[in-house]
Amino acid sequence: MITAGIDMGAKTIKVVIVDDGNMVGKAMTIAGFEATESAERAYTTALGEAGLAEGDVERIASTGAGRRYAPHAKHDVSEVKCAVKGAIDLYPNARTVIDVGAEEGRAIRCTEDGNVMDFALNEKCAAGAGAFTEAMSRALEVKVEELGPMSVKSTNAIPMNAQCAVFAESEVVSLLHAKTPKEDIARAVHDAIASRIVSLARKVGFEPDVVLIGGLARNVGFVDSLQRALGCDVLIPSDPEYIGAYGAALAARAG
Amino acid sequence: MAEYWRWTEQRWHDEEIDWRGGTLVTAGVDVGSVSSQAVVVVDGKLYAFASMRTGSNSPESAQKAMDWALEGTGMRLEDIGFVVGTGYGRVNVPFSNKAITEIACHARGANFMYGPSVRTVLDMGGQDCKVIRCDERGKVTAFAMNDKCAAGTGRGMEVFADLLALPIEDVGKLSFEVEEEPPPVSCTCVVFAKSEATALLREGWPKSKVLAAYCSAMAHRVATLLEQVGVEQDFAITGGIAKNIGVVRRLEGEIEVKALPTKYDTQIAGALGGALFAQNLLRKKLSTN
Repeated sequence: MITAGIDMGAKTIKVVIVDDGNMVGKAMTIAGFEATESAERAYTTALGEAGLAEGDVERIASTGAGRRYAPHAKHDVSEVKCAVKGAIDLYPNARTVIDVGAEEGRAIRCTEDGNVMDFALNEKCAAGAGAFTEAMSRALEVKVEELGPMSVKSTNAIPMNAQCAVFAESEVVSLLHAKTPKEDIARAVHDAIASRIVSLARKVGFEPDVVLIGGLARNVGFVDSLQRALGCDVLIPSDPEYIGAYGAALAARAG
Repeated sequence: MAEYWRWTEQRWHDEEIDWRGGTLVTAGVDVGSVSSQAVVVVDGKLYAFASMRTGSNSPESAQKAMDWALEGTGMRLEDIGFVVGTGYGRVNVPFSNKAITEIACHARGANFMYGPSVRTVLDMGGQDCKVIRCDERGKVTAFAMNDKCAAGTGRGMEVFADLLALPIEDVGKLSFEVEEEPPPVSCTCVVFAKSEATALLREGWPKSKVLAAYCSAMAHRVATLLEQVGVEQDFAITGGIAKNIGVVRRLEGEIEVKALPTKYDTQIAGALGGALFAQNLLRKKLSTN
């Protein structure tokens, strides 16, 4: 059976096409102002990649913050369920799933059958989400993609006093004035987000294996900080930002 | 690039007062994270003040504010009998004789500025927001504070002034130029409120409507903090945001309590309280000598 999952994230929209449990097509667009239209474009691109037509897709499910605005989808599934469904399909030993997107961070405990036991969520504060790295890269005047590689070069852990992204921006500027190496500041930024995410993970009583998904899993600096703060390694799928959409496509198959 | 967040720095001194004839000449210096103030008090009267942006160096900011307050008065630092440092940089005031917390100083300053009937002081500063309950002498009885998050602080308002490219001092007035009050934007995170506001602007909302939505979000956020300690009347607001009627009027509406007016600059409360504490300390010092 061919199914599709549409993840309407706060910043980006991801579409995954699944054929018999395999990801055969995927696409991502910036959500922008017209999220529904952006989703439509991503869907068309994903179908093209899979070499399929709209009529080939039997079931479509949506997820993500804007899941009610997804085109075509007959039903919607919570982000928590999709994250677990996608992660456990790739890593059957996963017991904790950490998902860090642009505006939300969450930690989920799950059973081996993929049932959600507990979860903790930050959706109120940019300090525990990808938006934090964007704000800090602006203050550091580097591209957000450069922040991770820069961070792993740091040899010196310095604390960030500010928790709030707005205050942290001023702190970064002060650190730059004080001639603190950018590498160390980048690491401090990732340590700060990691400590917020770990507090979510502690709330749910995290256990290995820990799978990390969401856009921030692409950031090697954050991954480094997170592993250090958790005290264990994390497993990262090759397309971490697509796992929510993948989980939705798998959920659509189940009906 | 224009700096819309930049509020006017100010100084003032009372030409009527002959400080040379004064017995107790003291000062308070409040080095905040965003602004610094220096206040000089002569025999229980406000004599001079200066209020300016804090630079990257706290001792320097303290010195600059003090120098500016004294400009044109003929008074030198040596003429001041006792200096109290307060604010987040209070230990970095090189010429202070004692450091006192800003909570104590704000209550004391508000007691002077608004009168002894004040029981609740809301201080809306650059990077924090405090609710202080106090007695008729301006002594602190309880307080609650948010210094972790920019929502409900002056810094958050600066971010919005920049986003909308509107001078920060016009924000309050402009926020009332709406046909009807819009629902507030996200009140817990300035970063998220900013992206919401950007979306609303693209949707065609006029700037004044976006400001109205932000001012009411801020009022709501502060009201939550006030609930933690409760509002006993009389109620007074200090700090920079006290000058923003867009936030003040909406907050008054939400908590159904009016804030007392004052003839003083609301940003000087902390430094003024410091100068008043300094007066007691100087009196004690003179009597023991």
